Amino acid sequence: MHDNALAVESESLCLRSLDDLNRFRKQIMDKRDPDQPEIVVCHGTGCLANGSAEVSEAIRSALEASGIDAKVFPGIKTTGCQGFCSHGPLVVIRPQGIFYQNVKPKDAKEIIEKTIVQGDIVKRLLYKNPTDGKKILHEQDIPFYKRQTRVVLHNIGKIDPTDICDTIASGGYQALAKALTTMTPEQVVTEIEISGLRGRGGAGFPTGRKWRSALNAIEKKGRPVYVVVNGDEGDPGAFMDRTIMEGDPHAVLEGLILGAYALGANKGYLYVRAEYPLAIKHLTIAMEQARAYGLLGDNILNSGFSFDARINRGAGAFVCGESTALFTSIEGNPGNPRPKYVRSVEEGLWGRPTVLNNVETWANIPLIVNKGGDWYAAIGVPHSTGTKVFSLVGKVNNVGLVEVPMGVPLSTIVEDIGGGVPGGAPFKAVQTGGPSGGCIPYELKDTPVDFDSLTKAGSMMGSGAMIVMDNRDCVVDVGRYFLRFLEEESCGKCMPCRLGLSRMREILDNFSEGKGSEKDIEDLLSLSKAIQDSALCALGSSAPNPVLTTLNYFKDEYLAHVTRQKCPAGVCKNLITYQIDPDVCTGCTACAKQCPVSCIAGEKKKPHAIDTSLCIRCGICMDTCKFNAVNVI
Amino acid sequence: MTDNALYIDEMMDQYPAKPEYLIVILQDIQNKYGYISSDAMRLACDHVHVPMTQAYAVATFYQSFRLDPLGEHEIKVCLGTACHLKGGQRLVEDLERKLKVAPGETTEDMRFTLNTVNCVGACALAPVVSVDNKYHPNATAQKMEKVLKTLTDPSLAEMEGTGNA
Repeated sequence: MHDNALAVESESLCLRSLDDLNRFRKQIMDKRDPDQPEIVVCHGTGCLANGSAEVSEAIRSALEASGIDAKVFPGIKTTGCQGFCSHGPLVVIRPQGIFYQNVKPKDAKEIIEKTIVQGDIVKRLLYKNPTDGKKILHEQDIPFYKRQTRVVLHNIGKIDPTDICDTIASGGYQALAKALTTMTPEQVVTEIEISGLRGRGGAGFPTGRKWRSALNAIEKKGRPVYVVVNGDEGDPGAFMDRTIMEGDPHAVLEGLILGAYALGANKGYLYVRAEYPLAIKHLTIAMEQARAYGLLGDNILNSGFSFDARINRGAGAFVCGESTALFTSIEGNPGNPRPKYVRSVEEGLWGRPTVLNNVETWANIPLIVNKGGDWYAAIGVPHSTGTKVFSLVGKVNNVGLVEVPMGVPLSTIVEDIGGGVPGGAPFKAVQTGGPSGGCIPYELKDTPVDFDSLTKAGSMMGSGAMIVMDNRDCVVDVGRYFLRFLEEESCGKCMPCRLGLSRMREILDNFSEGKGSEKDIEDLLSLSKAIQDSALCALGSSAPNPVLTTLNYFKDEYLAHVTRQKCPAGVCKNLITYQIDPDVCTGCTACAKQCPVSCIAGEKKKPHAIDTSLCIRCGICMDTCKFNAVNVI
Repeated sequence: MTDNALYIDEMMDQYPAKPEYLIVILQDIQNKYGYISSDAMRLACDHVHVPMTQAYAVATFYQSFRLDPLGEHEIKVCLGTACHLKGGQRLVEDLERKLKVAPGETTEDMRFTLNTVNCVGACALAPVVSVDNKYHPNATAQKMEKVLKTLTDPSLAEMEGTGNA
C-alpha cells in the first residue's frame, strides 16, 4: 500500500456517510505535501514486460542509498498503464511532470542524483519529437498525450491502483456517495439516459435504454436482478479494458455499484479474462478494500442499500464476450450463446433480468453521475457522446492507448497522436472493431470515428482496437487471419458459423496460394451474405465484415492473387521469393547461419545467394539481416 | 487418499457444492498441476454434483484447459492481430521446427510445451512470446533460440528484456 494509506482514526475503517467519506478524504489530503516530489513508475503490462519492476526497485535502492533529507524525500508510486507503451518503461517525476522514457535500472542512480537532488534533467531519457528532433521535457507537451482528452483514463497513471486511499483522494466514490444520499435510483437512470452513453463493448447499444428496459422487465418479473461487468476483452489487439481494470479498478467497481443501486440489484459479477492476471489481482484487492471501508457489501455508507459482487475468471473462449454465452459460462457451462428472442435484460443470468455492460461503459458511470448527463452529452458528437479509448497498434510509431472525444477524424488518431507509419509512408488501412469489424482505407482517413460513421464505412466501433496496416500487410492474409481466429472460436452450435466460416477460410487459403478464380470472389460474397443473415449470434453474423470491407476497398489486391498469382504486399508464402541484393549484401554470413534449411551460400565477405528451390520462405534471413539486403519479390 | 486428492479436497472446500463452481474448481486444479487428470476431474464432479460428461464438455470447450500434462517449460506465442502482422506466425513455425512439436503438444522428453495464445494485450511489444509466464518483447527467431538454449542450460548468460507477465 501507498504511504498515504491510513485508517479512519481509532474507529473501524467503515465509512458511514457522505460526510465520513469527505472527512476521510480531507485527512488523506492534509497528510500530503503538494510540493513533495513523487516518482511515478508505470507498472502496466507493457512496461512490466520491458522490466519496469526492476526499474522501480532500482529507484527505491538508489533513494535509500542517497541519504536525502527526510523532508524532501520523494514518494515512489507504481501505477497502471500510462498508455505510451512503445516508449516504456516510463518514469514521471511529479509535480513538475518530467517525463523519462525507456528507463533502465542503471538509470535510477542518475535520476535520483540529478533530478531529485540537484533539480537537473537527465537529457538522454527525454522523449524526442520525431517531427522536429527536439526533446520534450514535460509529459503534457508530448503530442501523443497533448491531443488526447483523458476522461475515463483520467486517474490511470496517476493513482496507485492497489491503494483505495489514493482513489478516494482523487475523487473516487464521490459519485456513489452522492447517489446514495441525494438521488433516487430513478434519477440515476435518467442521468445515464440524458448522457447518451452507448455501450463501449462493440454494438453501441444506448446504456440508459438498456437500464430502462431492465427496470420494465423487473416490473413484470420482480427481483432478483443482476448486474455484470463484461471484462472478457477477447478482441486480439485490444487492451483498453485490461488497462482500466488494472489501472483504475475502483472506477469499474463504483460504476457497477451505482448500476446496482439504480436497478435495485444486490448481487453482481465481474467476468474477466484469465489471460489478465494483473487485472484480476487489482480488482480483487479493490473489492477487499471497498468492503473494508463500507463501500461494498451490507448497508453501503449506512444507506440501507446492500450489494456485493464476485469475480469470475474466463477460461479462454472468445465467444464468451457475447452476452448469453457469458451468462452460461458464469453458470458453469460451456459458453454456448442462445437465440435472443427474449433479450438478456429480461432473461439473462439464471433466467433473471440482467444488465451486462462492458468495463469502459461501467467506468463512465461515476463520471456521469458526478458531473451530470448534460456535461457528458456535450463531449463528442450527437448520437455518439463522450470519449472513447482506443488501443492503437500495428504499423504505427506511437503504439499505445489513446482516448479522444467521439467524432474526431481517423487521421487525427493515427497520424497526429500515433505519429503515422514508421518510415513516413501513408498507412494502407486501419482495422477497427477486431475480427467483427472492417478495414478503413487511407482514402477514408477523414472519416469521423463514431459509432454511425464507422458503420457507414462498412466497419464498426467494436471495443476499440485500431490496427494500423502498411503496404507490407496483405489484405488476403489479414482476412484469413481473422477467419481462422473465428473458425477456432466458433462454438459450433449453429451451422452458418460452424461450416460457413471454414468454407470462407478455405477459399482465402486458395487465394493465398494463387489458386481460385473470380467466381470464387462471387461465392465469397454470397456466402458472407448468408452467414450475416443466418448466424445465431454476433460472432458469426459479423464474421464476414473484414473480408467484405477489404473486398470492397482492395479488390485489385484479391485479383492480383487470383489472376496473376502475385501477392503485392509480399506476405503470402506461396507467391513470393526471397532474394539477396548482391550490391547491399556484405557477406557477414549472419543469414546463412540462421537459415533452418541451409539454403544460403556464399564466401565470407562476398555477396551470398539463396537457393530458391530449397527455400521454405520462413523469412528468418530477412529478419536477421542488418543491412536490409534480403528482399521479397 | 493421495496427496493430490487431499489438496484438491481442501481447495474445493472454499467453494459451495453447486454446478456453477465447476469452472473455477477446474481452473484451480489446472493452476496447481498444469493440467486436469481424470482423477482430479472426478473429484471436481463429485463436489459440484455434475456428471463427468458435463465436466469433459467444459474442459474441452474452453481453450485454457489441458487434459494432458504440461512440459517443464511452457512457451506461448501470442497470435493477436498486432503480433500476427509483425511475424508471430513465423515464430510459431520456427519453434515447431526447433522443438519438433505442433502447437498444443509437448516434446517427448517433457521439457517444452508449445502453445499459441490469442492476445496477451501487450501489443506495443509485438511480437510477444511468453516463456513460463515471462514476456519476451519484440521476439525474433534468433532471440528465441537463445532463450531455448538458456532453458536447456541455465548456466548460459541471462537473456535480455524479460519481465513478469
